[in-house]
Amino acid sequence: MKREILDRLQKARAAKQPTALVTDLTDGRQLLQADGDNLGELSLDAGQQAAVTAAITADRSGPLPEHPNLFVHVYNPPLRLLVVGAVHISQALVPMAQVAGYEVIIIDPRKAWANAERFPSVQLIDDWPDDAMTALAPDHRSAVVVLTHDPKLDDPALGVVLRSPAFYVGALGSRKTHAKRIERLREQGLGDDEISRIHAPIGLAIGAKSPAEIAISIMAQITQVLHGVPPLVKAGQPEAAPREMVG
Amino acid sequence: MANGNVTTGKAEDLLAEAARWRDEGHKVALATVVTTWGSSPRPVGSQLIVDDTLRLQGSVSGGCIEGAVVHEAQAIMEGAPPKLLEFGVSDEQAWDVGLACGGTVKVFVENVE
Repeated sequence: MKREILDRLQKARAAKQPTALVTDLTDGRQLLQADGDNLGELSLDAGQQAAVTAAITADRSGPLPEHPNLFVHVYNPPLRLLVVGAVHISQALVPMAQVAGYEVIIIDPRKAWANAERFPSVQLIDDWPDDAMTALAPDHRSAVVVLTHDPKLDDPALGVVLRSPAFYVGALGSRKTHAKRIERLREQGLGDDEISRIHAPIGLAIGAKSPAEIAISIMAQITQVLHGVPPLVKAGQPEAAPREMVG
Repeated sequence: MANGNVTTGKAEDLLAEAARWRDEGHKVALATVVTTWGSSPRPVGSQLIVDDTLRLQGSVSGGCIEGAVVHEAQAIMEGAPPKLLEFGVSDEQAWDVGLACGGTVKVFVENVE
C-alpha cells in the first residue's frame, strides 16, 4: 500500500465518506475510490467501477464476483441510530442497537427523561430535535426513530430527517396517529415522496407489546431495511393484524 | 446498560497505527483477510499489521495462522512482492499451523510503503 493511498484513505474515513480500496491480488496495485475521486495506479473498466459502487452500497467487502483477482475493501462510515425521545422503549433499544454495532445518540430536550441515570452509556443531546437533527446531519448510514409521541418534538425532527439521506426513518404511533401526522407534515410543506419514507406504525409486525419487544421489532425492521431485504411473509400465514394499540 | 460501549472502527485504528510505525522509521507489512469459506474465525476485511521488530496488532484468525502470516510478512517488508496466502483444511500448511475451525481463508499480505 502506497503511503499516499493510506493517508487519503484515513482522511476519507475521518470525513465519514463512503470509501473503497480495490486491490489487484496478483500484483498489489491499488485504486482508492473516495467521495467520487479515484487515486492509484490500478484502472477499472466501467463494469468493474459499477461493481465497486454496488459493493459500497451493500457495505460488502470481498472479491468482485466476476473478477476474483480484484478485492474490494469497503470502508463505510459507522452506522448511527438517532433516537428522538428518551422514553421507555429507548431504554431497551439503546443497548440492542449498540450491540448491533450502531453509534447511538438520543435527542430529547426534557431533562427529566434524558439524563445519565436513565441512559448511562449513550450520548444525550438536550437541544430541540430539529436543531439537533440539523447538527447531526443524518447520512446514508444513519437510521432515525422518533418515539416521543408528541408532535411538538417528533414533527420538527421529521421535517429535517425526511430531507436527509438517512436510510431508515421510523415513527411511533398507531395508523390513526400516523394519518394525523401525515396531514401535519403536508402542512409543513413536505411532499408525499418524503412522507412515504416513514415506517409507521414503526417496527416489524411481530405482535410486540412491551417496550423491549417493540425495541426488538424496531431493530429488526432497521436491519431489514439496511440489508434491502423484502418484508418476510410466510406462505399460508395471514398478514399480521395492525398494531393499533402500540404507542 | 452499564459499560455498554461497543468498540468499532478497528480497521481505522490499525491503519493509523501502521502509519505511525512507518513514521517511526520501521518497516511495516499489512495482512488482510480477502475471502473466507466455511467457519473462519475472522470476517473478510480483518487485518493484522506487523513491523520489523515483530510488533503485532490486529488479527486475521483466532491466532492459528498468524505465525505463518508473519513469516511471509517479514520477507515482504524486506522487498519481496505482495502475496496471496491460502489456508484451509485441504492445505498441508493449515494442518501444520492448526486452523482449528475447518474453514478456508485467503490472506493478502502487502508492504506499507
